[in-house]
Amino acid sequence: MGGLRTAEALRRNGYEGPIEIIGAEIYEPYNRPPLSKEVLASTVSHSAVNFTHNLLDANTQWTLGTKVVTADPVRHTVTDEFGVEHKYAALVIATGLRPRRLTVDGNNALGTHVLRTLDDAMALRKDLVPGAEVVIVGAGFIGCEVASTALALGCKVAVVAADAYPMIRPLGEKFAAELQRRHEAVGVTYFLNNGISEIVTSEGESELRVTGLKLNNGQTLDCQVLVQAIGSYPNTEWLAESDLDISDGVLTDNAMLALNTMGEVVPDVYAVGDVARFPNPRFNAVPRRIEHWNIPIETAKRVGQVLAAQLSHQQTFDERVAQQFTPLPSFWSDQFGMNLLAFGDLGLANRSQLLDGEVTGDCIWGYFKDDVLVGVCGIGMRGALQSYRKGFLSELPAGLTSGQIPS
Amino acid sequence: MQINVDMDKCQHYGQCVFEAPEIFQLNSNDKLEFLAEADESERANVESARDVCPMQAIFILN
Repeated sequence: MGGLRTAEALRRNGYEGPIEIIGAEIYEPYNRPPLSKEVLASTVSHSAVNFTHNLLDANTQWTLGTKVVTADPVRHTVTDEFGVEHKYAALVIATGLRPRRLTVDGNNALGTHVLRTLDDAMALRKDLVPGAEVVIVGAGFIGCEVASTALALGCKVAVVAADAYPMIRPLGEKFAAELQRRHEAVGVTYFLNNGISEIVTSEGESELRVTGLKLNNGQTLDCQVLVQAIGSYPNTEWLAESDLDISDGVLTDNAMLALNTMGEVVPDVYAVGDVARFPNPRFNAVPRRIEHWNIPIETAKRVGQVLAAQLSHQQTFDERVAQQFTPLPSFWSDQFGMNLLAFGDLGLANRSQLLDGEVTGDCIWGYFKDDVLVGVCGIGMRGALQSYRKGFLSELPAGLTSGQIPS
Repeated sequence: MQINVDMDKCQHYGQCVFEAPEIFQLNSNDKLEFLAEADESERANVESARDVCPMQAIFILN
């Protein structure tokens, strides 16, 4: 999505020159969030999630099913897995993340899954048959959404996590404990504060098949389906031979221009989406990766403006770089008939409190870093939630923001 | 320009309201309402609204 949105933003900002979009997957860009939610609950196909776009002009080349394996920012080239070298005037890194897997034997056995791509979702969907025993490792948003979908499909669902409450990062203990109560009330079994000791498998006709999961408290949970939803890694290995700072994703400045390990701008290299680690002065100066829905869209818009100016050799490049980029992160989650919606950077908070509504019903929780509101998250109450969001934005004067965290 | 929202998909998240407030609104019951016809000057805003829609439920017909 980040690549597509960047290309669209470049065209919108007047760039008419050639664009090549190289993607490892065979599919044109598609919308990932429904893959754990409503699309996983029905028929998983590319047509159910694809983005419509107008990038079909002769100057836009789609090179799909092709993984880039190295980059040389000095020579301005990237090389793909087939040994083909692609020259660039500017490179936009939009390689995103890939799911972590458990580091125990059997993590690839039949019946084990991760969920990130369309192919992952298709494979998982086949296994979510009524009556199947499904164990999900990880109680973040993806894990909880898959739990919800699997339960609705008639599976028996258990969630195992090292955390004390589901989605405790970033929702905080109080809201997370209430969501756990609601999940359990509809039939999910939680095994929290638990590690994994072994994936139990049986030798099938040709391959290993998962039959259970052994926890480090000695208990074994029978399962035919094991979903590993334990976070992601940034896809940056292909940049290892460059001097880019890839210690956690691709480090960039506030214009999304990549930085090297000396903290200097690497000319003509940008990054967008959840692989990019950028400073957001709305909150503070510390560069962070943000794995939220709207960040690929916002960072792509930003690169579209800056890079279009650079490529047209206008003086506006310097002006656009100097403009502050202060996106307001936002995410949502559909689970167990509830629609959660959040604005801000909840992960920065050190306390939370109920701002509106009822703990056990529709509600809005506020997230504070000391006394500064850094995020809100709610179920229902959209009108009230929108007022809080407007508050975030109106608090932002031209320079620094009153929402900024005191250092 | 003509706009359509697939109301079967729409979950009333209201992200579109911030991108194109002249076109999209949440009513007093927190349900989405929108104008099906908009002036051409709103195109950039409506495109942004379409892009940020979590459910990808907004369609620009022409």
